[in-house]
Amino acid sequence: MRHIISILLENEPGALARVVGLFAQRSYNIETLTVAPTEDPTLSRMTITTSGPDRVIEQITKQLNKLIEVVKLVDLTEGAHLERELMLIKVKASGSQRAEIKRTADIFRGQIVDVTANVYTIQLTGATDKLEAFIEAIGPNCILETVRTGVSGIARGEKTLSL
Amino acid sequence: MEMLSGGEMLVRSLHEEGVEYVYGYPGGSLLHVYDAFYKQTAVKHVLVRHEQAAAHMADGYARATGKPGVVMVTSGPGATNTITGIATAFTDSIPMIVITGQVMSHLIGDDAFQETDMMGISRPIVKHSFSIKHPTEIAETVKKAFYIATSGRPGPVVIDIPKDMTIPNDRHEFSYPKKVKIRSYAPPAKGHSGQIRKAVELLLSAKRPMIYSGGGVILGKASDQLRKLVRELNYPITQTLMGLGAYPATDRQSLGMLGMHGSYEANMAMHNSDVILAIGARFDDRVTNAVNKFCPDAKIVHIDIDPSSISKTVTVDIPIVGPVDSVLDEFLEIIAEIDQKPDAKAIDSWWKQIEEWRKRHGGEYEKNDNGLLKPQEAIEGLWKATDGKAYICSDVGQHQMFAAQYYKFDEPNKWINSGGLGTMGFGFPAAMGIKLNFPDDMVVCVTGEGSIQMNIQELSTCLQYGIPVKIFCLNNGYLGMVRQWQDMNYEGRHSSSYMESLPDWTKLAESYGHVGINVETKDQLQGALDDCFGKYKDRLVFVNVAVDPEEHVYPMQVPMGAMRDMWLSKTERT
Repeated sequence: MRHIISILLENEPGALARVVGLFAQRSYNIETLTVAPTEDPTLSRMTITTSGPDRVIEQITKQLNKLIEVVKLVDLTEGAHLERELMLIKVKASGSQRAEIKRTADIFRGQIVDVTANVYTIQLTGATDKLEAFIEAIGPNCILETVRTGVSGIARGEKTLSL
Repeated sequence: MEMLSGGEMLVRSLHEEGVEYVYGYPGGSLLHVYDAFYKQTAVKHVLVRHEQAAAHMADGYARATGKPGVVMVTSGPGATNTITGIATAFTDSIPMIVITGQVMSHLIGDDAFQETDMMGISRPIVKHSFSIKHPTEIAETVKKAFYIATSGRPGPVVIDIPKDMTIPNDRHEFSYPKKVKIRSYAPPAKGHSGQIRKAVELLLSAKRPMIYSGGGVILGKASDQLRKLVRELNYPITQTLMGLGAYPATDRQSLGMLGMHGSYEANMAMHNSDVILAIGARFDDRVTNAVNKFCPDAKIVHIDIDPSSISKTVTVDIPIVGPVDSVLDEFLEIIAEIDQKPDAKAIDSWWKQIEEWRKRHGGEYEKNDNGLLKPQEAIEGLWKATDGKAYICSDVGQHQMFAAQYYKFDEPNKWINSGGLGTMGFGFPAAMGIKLNFPDDMVVCVTGEGSIQMNIQELSTCLQYGIPVKIFCLNNGYLGMVRQWQDMNYEGRHSSSYMESLPDWTKLAESYGHVGINVETKDQLQGALDDCFGKYKDRLVFVNVAVDPEEHVYPMQVPMGAMRDMWLSKTERT
């Protein structure tokens, strides 16, 4: 099963390497990883999506917790949560395709953020499955390039991950 | 306030931590620090002959005392040479501080002379690591490193110091912090009382209980509590390779070691038990054999300070995360106040069953009639000669297993071996680290002619500092454990397990200014041991003991089997 692990981490050099190294060293899987400082510049917030049997996920969270620089962590998939990913996608858009692609982008609430005579660059935000649905709708022949940020997640309601 | 250079601050910080010896090797990036060493006498430096040995010396000291050993090496090859030593300590959760020099800050990343990314190379094998960015960070970093290394589940901590952090005329205010707080690090201080009560109730309801204790009891200094608990309950106890000595091996309730080369009775009792209390042990693959066949009827209570050790390989029923000493204290309190008592009748018949197992195979082995010593006999001789009181520092292989089986450890911190990583070359420097700090105690390195050659150069260090350890080398001319596996699993094809061109060991010892004794036959053993601990008490003695090359370590669990599936000799299987 897919899990979203959200980590509050000391914003120090080497901290990211420790997290990534742990996954490599113990042969855990990282599907996506995002990281950036929080409103408190001494802390970073990292979101990792991973998947595996419950036993492995339990080990992942325990091993992460053992890293000295990990302040707190939560498996967001254990409760109600929001997840978002941002994608920039460059697609061929010429002739009759242009209108069709524009319509599809509108349906997915995407925004065209850059245009040339033959190319649209579309920005799209949403959960991972929405981005994948869009990629499928556009079709592989039109896609020139995709860039995705990976998932960021946060718990719903009043729960927070903070010091 | 005092103004000190970074190098002076480092040495002073070590002194503030009560460090007496630092084991190391100088080099370019650490010369400022070594100069600071030279100008004081409180902290002494021991110059090894290879940096790996420095790490093992520090490690041996830590295993004997529970205090972290300190290693200091230069950048590049100095640092990388400690890697095996750091990994050895990490795998067995041994506290250690490793200070590595680094090239000047502005050169980092330029592939400078003797530059290596020590932070990166050591990352998977340290509990934590620090890189110093400014000389004023040194004192606090050392304080944090000692705190992290020794608290919770202990482990090695690396401090990487670029040369420009230690420049003599770059002086800063120095004061050593009394306390340090790390907001993201809080090792558990106490077990969960509700869980402990549940565990006690389960334990008291057991018909066929087993107590399975590990190295965590020694690291957590809970040997007294363990002894009280085991005696109070009259339950049988088995100990892991790392846990030997926490409970006295010569006691009736001790079933010896369990696992791959565990005793027949310990492995049988584990397999047939209905409740297992695991204390500071981690269900290592060398203990459990095939996990899916592990102790099928047992409910398991597991006490460990590290939550990630719990249900990692074997799923447990009642986990308790906390320091073993305080958790066991609570066990004892609850047992004293609770109405429930152990089921005396069931425990009685359980003991009867165990005694039957003991009778079937109580560690006996066949002796030779041609005068050639069996390795087991040699270890038994050593045990008697030292009255069971020596520090036994083992290398890795058959001799290690024979020592674990036949040297009966009655006290904790006396059995020093690389159980987790299995590092050949560990025993001799570990023994040196202990002998240096306990000059009046008997310290013996039990080794083989394979292992000893992995750090033989330290004979020179022993001469320089007067470290009279005893080297007890079970010489069978083979890499014995490799040969045993080749005999058992590869139809006796001894691929690269025979060592030709061995040195003349007595001459080798003598050339370093030590004493060498050859034991070629059984009847020479006693005399050699007498000389070793008598006439040559204050000398390093290399006892080269010829032992039967054909001998195997038994019992040996059958691969992929259950705990009870064992070879008991070359011809007998359970």
